[in-house]
Amino acid sequence: MYPSRFAYDAPTTVAEAVAILDRNGGEAKVLAGGQSLVPMLKLRFASPERLVDINNIKALDYHRLDPDGTLRIGALCRHEDLEFSEIIKDSHPTLAQAAALVADPIVRTRGTFVGSVCHADPQGDWAATMIALDGRIVAQGPNGRREIAMRDFVSGPFTNALAYNELAVEAVIPPAKGKAVGGYLKLERRVGDFATASVAVALDMNGDVVTRAGCALAGVGGKTIDANEAISVLVGKTLTAESIEAAAEAIADAADPRTDHRGSADYKRHIVKTFVTRILSGIARSEQKAA
Amino acid sequence: MALDELKIGGMGASRRRVEDNRFIRGKGRYVDDVVLPGMLHMEILRSPVAHARIKSIDTTAAWEVPGVRLVLTGETMAARNLAWMPTLSYDTQAVLATDKVRFQGQEVAAVIADDPYIAKDACSRIVVEYESLPAIVNPVQAQDPNAPLIRDDKENQATNKIFDWEIGDKEATDRAFAEADVVSTVDLHYPRSHPSPLEPCGSIADYDRATGKLTVYMTTQAPHIIRAAVSLVAELPEHMIRIISPDLGGGFGNKVPVYPGYVISILASILTERPVKWIEDKSGNLISTGFGRDVYLQGQLALRKDGKILGMRMHTVSDHGAFYADAQPTKFKIGLMHSTFAAYDVPAAHLTSEGFYTNKAPGGVAYRCSFRVTEAMFFQERMMHAAANDLGMDQADFRRVNLVKDDMFPYRTAFGFLTDSGQYGKCLDVALEAIGYDTFKEEQEEARKRGKLLGIGISTMTEPLGAGNSREYDILGIKMFDSAELRVHMTGKAILRTGAKTQGQGHETTWAQIVAHELGIPADDIVVEEGDTDTAPFGMGTYASRSTPVAGAAVAMVARKIRAKARKIAAHLLEVSEEDIEWELGRFYVRGNEERGVTIQDCALAAYSNVPDGLEPGLENVAYYDPPNLTWPFAAYVCKVEVDPQTGVWDVLKFVAVDDCGVRINPMIVEGQIMGGLTEAYAMASMQYITFDEEGNCIGSNYMDYLLPTAWETPGFELHEVVTPCPHHPIGAKGIGECATVGGPAAFVNAVMNAIEHTGVRNVDMPLMPNRVYEALQTGQNVSGMPPVKGD
Repeated sequence: MYPSRFAYDAPTTVAEAVAILDRNGGEAKVLAGGQSLVPMLKLRFASPERLVDINNIKALDYHRLDPDGTLRIGALCRHEDLEFSEIIKDSHPTLAQAAALVADPIVRTRGTFVGSVCHADPQGDWAATMIALDGRIVAQGPNGRREIAMRDFVSGPFTNALAYNELAVEAVIPPAKGKAVGGYLKLERRVGDFATASVAVALDMNGDVVTRAGCALAGVGGKTIDANEAISVLVGKTLTAESIEAAAEAIADAADPRTDHRGSADYKRHIVKTFVTRILSGIARSEQKAA
Repeated sequence: MALDELKIGGMGASRRRVEDNRFIRGKGRYVDDVVLPGMLHMEILRSPVAHARIKSIDTTAAWEVPGVRLVLTGETMAARNLAWMPTLSYDTQAVLATDKVRFQGQEVAAVIADDPYIAKDACSRIVVEYESLPAIVNPVQAQDPNAPLIRDDKENQATNKIFDWEIGDKEATDRAFAEADVVSTVDLHYPRSHPSPLEPCGSIADYDRATGKLTVYMTTQAPHIIRAAVSLVAELPEHMIRIISPDLGGGFGNKVPVYPGYVISILASILTERPVKWIEDKSGNLISTGFGRDVYLQGQLALRKDGKILGMRMHTVSDHGAFYADAQPTKFKIGLMHSTFAAYDVPAAHLTSEGFYTNKAPGGVAYRCSFRVTEAMFFQERMMHAAANDLGMDQADFRRVNLVKDDMFPYRTAFGFLTDSGQYGKCLDVALEAIGYDTFKEEQEEARKRGKLLGIGISTMTEPLGAGNSREYDILGIKMFDSAELRVHMTGKAILRTGAKTQGQGHETTWAQIVAHELGIPADDIVVEEGDTDTAPFGMGTYASRSTPVAGAAVAMVARKIRAKARKIAAHLLEVSEEDIEWELGRFYVRGNEERGVTIQDCALAAYSNVPDGLEPGLENVAYYDPPNLTWPFAAYVCKVEVDPQTGVWDVLKFVAVDDCGVRINPMIVEGQIMGGLTEAYAMASMQYITFDEEGNCIGSNYMDYLLPTAWETPGFELHEVVTPCPHHPIGAKGIGECATVGGPAAFVNAVMNAIEHTGVRNVDMPLMPNRVYEALQTGQNVSGMPPVKGD
């Protein structure tokens, strides 16, 4: 690979990284797992003057649950860390299911959760799960920290709400109100392909009643589709064939797919509906079994 | 006591691949690993558009980049008569564009610099002014009377048609159709695919003005043909050209043609008097080098009610891109398409073919098939599938009626091929039993109850592998024989060289096994070397599954020459006449006195230390082998799939492959070849294609668009064997390298079609992506052609 010439820094603290970003006035790019940035450098689609490699900031390599159930994912947490995590296995089924479907096993060993969210690919898996789970991104700038709600974070395809001198240091997932259930399904032509369509569903349940419902879609719009409003028809209800059908219809309507070589707009919308139905029916079945 | 052949790594031993010792340690030596003193680096500027007139090229800014040594354009090449070069199909191809660019990715300029970063930087500073022309991206557009003329550089080329070609007996075929009870018709498209070896193409040209010698390290499957081609194109004497093809990271046909990059690097080295390295990137490889397929078919079978095929008609329309650069034997315009239906007893057949220029990359190589045989057999098996349905006959029964029977060999096909051996019915029976064909109907019913659709698909075929013979097969007039040279050293160790060129097939392992079989020298004592034209005997290289049928035969023949000489030496050592000598593996002995003998190693020592009077010393020889016929392996592939009707997603439940490639030299390597081929077949059936938008932009120029299957989605394969030795091959072997790629795709497609054709759909063109299968299920209509690039 022969990218354009760039300068390279490898800071060991967040403060140092932010200072470098601040000094370079938008000409520097953060390198974490590199699974999207490095291919763009290779193709010279991106030619930043400076790379700020954060892989030496060991303090960012974590994911943990706070005592109140808040999940915190540091900027160096790899996809693979979540795929094999004992921490999220039971508490965060939506994330756990998505983790095994992100790209391919090679990418998962290096790519990071936070980096993927920042990349804001409309077909990205993690952005969809973050929206469904009502997550937030913690940004560190020269003047301190701020939290950005995920629904405000992605501003368009491949663009996010970070200022040039801010580093996304952590993703935060709030605790469930009740029992967290959910799922993630993705249709791809091959492992590692971009999604033809994928669906993230995250529900909080009190007994058999849905107390909070989150949903987002990838691959079926110009950016990650926030379908939280569409799925809110389930709140206060139990999962029945009728309520599932109504939610699936509403969510499919929220999709905004285009016809391309992965399929027609109608097909992609149909897949969204099918996947929502499958996830919700699966939850209903396992809840029945548990009861 | 004769040696135990399996213990010395002879025929039939699943000997570990000796080349893997270096590959798995990262110690392979590919072209890009070669570093020569003073070496410069070359980068090619490619056309961003598919069809445009070049108004101007300004290289000023590129020359100004520090470290740039040379900038070449079509004009520079033309001044040395190198702007165009001949192709392997008697056409011409632009080396660097002069007048027009004719496909996206075409070579427009080259920068030679101190390092590859500088070369790339400087390339981006070349300013080319294009005047856009309409792009032609398929044969239908090419035939439009108002279509722009793509090859306006050629005299007497008034249209975009390249050729009309036909073979067979039209009148007899027409009569067969007139007598038919049922005529079955299908229209198909075999989409454009790409061999996509993991290592792209590249070269290092090193011209030494002092000696006048040109050495080129090159990614080539056919070093000697390249030497001849370079001699013709660059007008250098052949003895002053040395082509070295080091380790190759796969080829699959992609590394047979001569590419512009090779030629440019050679001129650059002559001009700079420095070694010049050119290594293509992956996108460059996908967008500009030899592709496979891109053929449309109209096929018809004339059938009798009882299932007998009376006649077959095919019309193919092929898309060759901007230059007719197919790598194929001279006599044939559409490769060996007429090998279609060779496995079936078809009394009358007629094939017509039309080829067209389009604004797409040239190359039409046989992507892991023996010259368009992949298309020939896919069309055949899709036609067979449709015909069985049209007759209301069982798929297996219909094939049984028509397969050539064991007692019909040698069998002359309607197109004139001579197939010589096989047990076609037995192969099919083994496959059907392994897949559980008898109980499939019940299984299918059971699956319907849980909302799934099961399908079973059969593909049976024989294919012509191992071109020549030399009477009928040549490339640019060079006859298609092959060669082997064996030098047995005085300690009984040996070096073997052939004119073939391994690129993953494992020649270093299997050739030694043939020698072990013939001479009893342990395979571990034999080193195999290929790819250096200064040391290897002349050969046509490795493609079309021809290595074992041709070069492998030469290996056996040269070993037999060595054995004949060793016999004379043995007689001398044993002090008996030659007629009283008997041979067993590894040893000569006196007839009637088995105790008295000498080993092949004893003879080797004596060849250098104690030769009889009148015999030349040494134990070396060379053999050139001109095969009397092609070899005809047979395969029966049966696939069982489950389709999810709600999504169109299909999964392979079981795949059974029964291959009869005659005698297997190294069963493990043969099985590896079959598994690799089936993986490629699965890829083409399920996900793989290159298409173009209306402006001629290539969709498939990177691995996010052009999909290679991984171990995750590739199904498992169950392999079986039937052995019918080739009657004319010295060790009874037939080609195998390409069978699975050739016969595999139809098994997958027929299986999926079998699962969904209750809706009335007759065909879904490859790739069978879930959305296309779903569409067919919903509408009951055929899904034809390429997936749309963009919509709405």
